[in-house]
Amino acid sequence: MAAAAAGRPWVLRAASIAFVLGLWEWGGTVPVSIAFPKCSETLVAFGGMIADGTFAGAYAETAGPLIVGVALTGVGGVLAGLVMGLSPRTEWLGLPVFIVLQASPSAAIVPLITYIYGIGFAAKVFAVVLLSAPVIVLNSYRGIANTPRSLLEMSDAFLASRWKRIWKIVIPAGSGLIFAGLRLGLAQGFTGAVLAELLITPTGVGDLITFYRSVADYPRMFASILSIIVVASVSVTLLQRLELRLFRPEMRPA
Amino acid sequence: MTNRTSPTSEPTMSDGVRDPGGPAVRVVDLAKVFAGGVRALDGVTFDIPRGELTSIIGPSGCGKTTTLKIIAGLVDATSGLVEVDGTPVTEPGPDRAFVFQDFALMPWATVLRNAAFGLELRGVPRKEREETAREYVVKVGLAGFEDAYPHQLSGGMRQRVGLARALAVDAEILLMDEPFASVDEQIRRKFQEDLLRLLSEENKTVIFVTHSIEEAVYVSDQIVIMTRAPSQVSKVVRPGVDRSGGSDHIRRSPAYLDWVERIWAELQGYLET
Ligand SMILES: Nc1ncnc2c1ncn2[C@@H]1O[C@H](COP(=O)(O)OP(=O)(O)O)[C@@H](O)[C@H]1O
Ligand SMILES: [Mg+2]
Repeated sequence: MAAAAAGRPWVLRAASIAFVLGLWEWGGTVPVSIAFPKCSETLVAFGGMIADGTFAGAYAETAGPLIVGVALTGVGGVLAGLVMGLSPRTEWLGLPVFIVLQASPSAAIVPLITYIYGIGFAAKVFAVVLLSAPVIVLNSYRGIANTPRSLLEMSDAFLASRWKRIWKIVIPAGSGLIFAGLRLGLAQGFTGAVLAELLITPTGVGDLITFYRSVADYPRMFASILSIIVVASVSVTLLQRLELRLFRPEMRPA
Repeated sequence: MTNRTSPTSEPTMSDGVRDPGGPAVRVVDLAKVFAGGVRALDGVTFDIPRGELTSIIGPSGCGKTTTLKIIAGLVDATSGLVEVDGTPVTEPGPDRAFVFQDFALMPWATVLRNAAFGLELRGVPRKEREETAREYVVKVGLAGFEDAYPHQLSGGMRQRVGLARALAVDAEILLMDEPFASVDEQIRRKFQEDLLRLLSEENKTVIFVTHSIEEAVYVSDQIVIMTRAPSQVSKVVRPGVDRSGGSDHIRRSPAYLDWVERIWAELQGYLET
């Protein structure tokens, strides 16, 4: 019984993936469009691109601005959120900026970056930052500003210093929202990196998509897009594991 | 209960600041008006004798929690004075430990870490604080649950963790805000027994907020009865119920029932509109 119950989420997940892939396969046979390959063709192309090192080369290129950008926003964004959550004055200054940024159509802003940062590495880092920062900052802010009052009072009663209170109460209590922000920020960072590669200068995975489209190799083009989804999901899942390990041991499955 | 009152065992008689003969806590003409204009307290005055258990009882919303938090230094009084060992209270201190009505446990920490948290904040080394906390976790009846998380415990068990945390810092004064409000009647009686037994070993001054008259009469050396908000002290009584005969005997004794009735009569005036 217990094993069946524990295995269930996986069964469901596999079933839903199989369903979507089946639908895709069917859509490819119809065909929806000549530019829409069958699922099986795409997966074969996917395998081929892993084998011949196409992905490895492309992701090595994409990873640079992505890692630098996400690291910058991860540290900077959480800090900004912390400061805003802890001090009403910075909250007043900073919060509106990020709310506006989050609501703005980023894809439209990305090309503008080239006017300021040119077409190099810095421009791509900036695109990653632009997309990932708002959600990281706003989530960190919410996590920090909504620390349960009773825990703050408890830490007061037991004589916590300001820093111990932040480190031992405020941050762990907000870690759920902070990490949710980091996960969303990472996913947004992928979008930013690929957008920059599509809209600024073709490199990395963005270049793969552009290139295979131009030569009408649709299975490979779709495999490139699929790879972004896979890599992004895996990174986000790893980040979630890290969170449970670091801050929320009580939520770790036994 | 009076066996816990032993002024001669007070260890810090010589430090001059403290007057071991005087009350542990003095509350003088305390008033509290909350932002927004709620007048909770309006001239509350009482003494808490050293080494005794004093209950504060009164209609709901009369300011019991507020009074306790002012004594703890968690809330500022609008006017009036709280003295602990003759020193005015302005902030929380190591001489007072609080047991919160809503437990205030960290959901991400084990029972042991929660119980040790007061010591952790004071910088006590891990091994030492866990040893102390373990001892109190066992004393409050949670042996075997050291590594459990709060969400795995019942309300009553969580409250015991809060009690262990407060006992572990070894403060002279224990402030308890309706510690048994979240448990049903049968368990509540067992908890009262456990608390009395525990306190008889610990020699502490306890201030205990409750809304149960029976509970107050059963556990207290002294009972402070408060009026409706804006509150004052209606009466301070010392039931002095003879507790030599066991709990069932006490609860059926005429003296006990008489005190319950008298306090009920006293409070009734404030319950009506
Ligand atoms: N932080 C607060 N702000 C405004 N009003 C409050 C606050 N805390 C308590 N009160 C009000 O003060 C009164 C006394 O509250 P409390 O001390 O919690 O009463 P009790 O514990 O006796 O039920 C109530 O009317 C309550 O609504
Ligand atoms: Mg209360």
